[in-house]
Amino acid sequence: MEHQEYKSVNRSVRKKDAMQLLLGSPVYTDDVTPDDALVVKILRSPHANAIVEKIDTATAKKVPGVVDIYTWEDVPQTRFAIAGQTYPEPSPYDRLIIDRHVRFVGDVVAIVAAETEKAALKAMKLIKADYTVLEAVLDFRSAKDNAVLVHPEDDWFPPCEVGGDPKRNLVASEVDAAGDVDAVLADCDIVLDRTYHTKAFNQTMMETFRTYTSFDRYGRLHVVASTQIVFHTRRILSRALGIPKSRIRVEKPRIGGGFGAKQTAVCEVYPAFVTLKTGRPAKLIYTREESQIAGSPRHEMEVRVRLGADKDGKIRALDLYTLSNTGAYGEHGPTTVGLSGHKSIPLYTGSLEAYRFGYDVVYTNLQAAGAYRGYGATQGIFAVESIVSELAEKIGMDPTEIRDRNMIREGMVMPAYYGETANACALDRCMEHCRQIFDWENKYPVRDMGNGKVRCAGVAMAMQGSCISNVDVGSATIKLSEDGTYNLIIGAADMGTGCDTILAQMAAECMECDVDDIAVFGADTDVSPYDSGSYASSTTYITGKAVEKACGDLKKRICTIAAEMLGCTAEETVFGGDCVQQRDKDESVSLTDIAYKAQVGNTTAVEATVTHTSPISPPPFMVGMVEIELDKLTGQVTILDYMAVVDCGIPINPALARIQAEGGIVQGIGHTLMENVTYDAKGKPIESSFMQYKIPTRLDMGRLTVEFENSFEPTGPFGAKSIGEIVINTPAPAIAHAVYRATGVWHRELPITPEKIAMSRPDSE
Amino acid sequence: MEITLMLNGKKITANVEADTILLDFLRSKGCLSVKRGCETSGCGLCTVLMDGKPILSCSTLAVRADGHEIFTLEGLRDEASDFVDFIADQGADQCGFCNPGMVMNTIALLRENPDPTDDQIRAFLAGNLCRCSGYDGQLRGIRNYLNSRNI
Repeated sequence: MEHQEYKSVNRSVRKKDAMQLLLGSPVYTDDVTPDDALVVKILRSPHANAIVEKIDTATAKKVPGVVDIYTWEDVPQTRFAIAGQTYPEPSPYDRLIIDRHVRFVGDVVAIVAAETEKAALKAMKLIKADYTVLEAVLDFRSAKDNAVLVHPEDDWFPPCEVGGDPKRNLVASEVDAAGDVDAVLADCDIVLDRTYHTKAFNQTMMETFRTYTSFDRYGRLHVVASTQIVFHTRRILSRALGIPKSRIRVEKPRIGGGFGAKQTAVCEVYPAFVTLKTGRPAKLIYTREESQIAGSPRHEMEVRVRLGADKDGKIRALDLYTLSNTGAYGEHGPTTVGLSGHKSIPLYTGSLEAYRFGYDVVYTNLQAAGAYRGYGATQGIFAVESIVSELAEKIGMDPTEIRDRNMIREGMVMPAYYGETANACALDRCMEHCRQIFDWENKYPVRDMGNGKVRCAGVAMAMQGSCISNVDVGSATIKLSEDGTYNLIIGAADMGTGCDTILAQMAAECMECDVDDIAVFGADTDVSPYDSGSYASSTTYITGKAVEKACGDLKKRICTIAAEMLGCTAEETVFGGDCVQQRDKDESVSLTDIAYKAQVGNTTAVEATVTHTSPISPPPFMVGMVEIELDKLTGQVTILDYMAVVDCGIPINPALARIQAEGGIVQGIGHTLMENVTYDAKGKPIESSFMQYKIPTRLDMGRLTVEFENSFEPTGPFGAKSIGEIVINTPAPAIAHAVYRATGVWHRELPITPEKIAMSRPDSE
Repeated sequence: MEITLMLNGKKITANVEADTILLDFLRSKGCLSVKRGCETSGCGLCTVLMDGKPILSCSTLAVRADGHEIFTLEGLRDEASDFVDFIADQGADQCGFCNPGMVMNTIALLRENPDPTDDQIRAFLAGNLCRCSGYDGQLRGIRNYLNSRNI
């Protein structure tokens, strides 16, 4: 099965929407919705923690073109969560549409609805709000048990018990362990104790958050949003607005990038509220500044690691404590943090005798964090991979060799990964492969270029998951058309990754037809079968398997009709793509004839819907190696080469898998070297535009090389695991390692800017 | 105020406010390929050609187009089709939101320098941000197009 020759999968098929996107067809939310909608704008808090005492909108409402202005007095008083997660959400219900208590600079104070943007902007300037400014919690290290509470309200509600306590500024808290970590650490030759800090990096998808809402011809709320989660959004809106789900339809057109940001219903509720109140279509398009300061970025985390090892480099114990900053609201707070341990520690299953992983997730008066590609694993892997490189350098062992010695290998049970077994794991081959193509032996040594610059290398490994085990649900509907082509209907959201195409490839493989014969539609809550949505690296693995199963089901139905036509039993027929044959006979009927027969005097539906979930979440694995040139005078780091070898099982579409890897690596390079998140003394964010928040341009990423080492995941469709998230995880530890090689300094806080490098001195230890 | 311009080869006359941004004007005229990605002239998504030169329509007033010739991707699809096929083959279109600006700037590049080196391509397109692709796939696509043409 592993070496089977496929016709449609494991091939680099062009994305189905490629030419529409490349030639600028109008396919995004703002393109496909009418312009005569009310313009919705949000007045935002200038204070990090304050109570709105008085708010006067009378003058603002007189601005010609202003239709209405809403404040905290106008909205339902039911708390809800905007994190796109399966019910019951682990994220607390801690939001109102507008809360009198504003909790970060950028929190919602008023919603303005106007005929034109100009009128809305003018009105915003005329709203008079009086605040009682409260002391704010701005340092997440002092948030827990702080006298200042971010959520003092009594109606704070956790749908799941995750160890949260708003009276302690705690969203979640837990400790998990296997073995006696203290005893093993006490017995180790070397114990390293290090703390690593990552920031609230912003996804900066090119299309900002946006939503259009209107009443449809049945008087239902029709929501067109740039979202990864149509079904969760419907549920969130239903609770927030207090209307039944049967009165809401959510669909997404093409999405201009998400990276997890759009796994949270960041802006949907505001225009929906306006439509509900005015009866009129409404549109809200976030500015880049709003996306930067009131979006849903990565959780800032501080990860303390204690690593115990023998002097020959055997890693025996890992003790992690993660402090995660969820900001003013708890979206994805209780869940992201888990990955910082559960998707970093298992990399060293090979030798580990004991581990402990504890965490606290705290509220602060800063922008609320959310889901971002990597989802906590990125932060944890920066810490664990860095400390392993620190160990290697300390004992003078080659950092790739120390990983060879300790890494997870196929067939091993991973206690720190929910006891799952690594059924498909080519991490060892990834390392060997990457060493070869990168020429590690010659690039690892520090080379002084004689001009104040040095060249050197760093390495890191990574893992992720493929879905949230026992939670994520993917479904597919496939139906036959009378010309023998198919419609594939999904609830997963293609946000540019190409899932529409790879799912069509799977369907074409199963139905023995061309990929062009599969028309894909998604996602729309009125039409699509239920899918948790596109996140958690689940679409290929979960929805893909649903597609495979749905095709199997449909083939049986097609054969049932064919059997009637052939005068035999369904068991005697063989599906042959464009026909169904009677076994051991020359008799056959064409697929077109079967499809037409299905529309005449027929009781067998030629469509099938299958829902799939998985009790396990098979990790993809990866090795990344970077060669940098560092200017010792200025601290400038230039990436020369970034090479990665990825084990994502069997890649369904190698070209798209490669682009995923390249894009993820470049995002990771941005986090590591240039993307910073800072606040002024009052909690106002500094990096609020592309002028300050510097994402990599095409001059900043050096040469990329991505190759694959295939494994075969028996539970995945055609042996596939996932690729979308893991790819962002190696740059930070690999580059930090290379910077150490060049300077003798371990940078344990991201980003590692030229200033920090130039100002740093070698560690005393 | 009234402006007259050539938009995608057609002469149009329109009344605009003095502070109307060219980007918004073009979208209102159905040129929906023109995208806004920021407010600080920092992303390149809104790139159009004015008198054949690439400009950022987000930081150009509509009145500045008076008496000039503007092309958006809607008017240059044939020219773009020559090379975007090759980008599609790399899967580098991805979410697509940055594509029109990048494609417009590539048209400008290839008109100015029909046989650019990789470094010249990177430098010319440096102002066109993309968060999905990591840029290399776009470069491979353009390179493959150039190579196919040189054979």
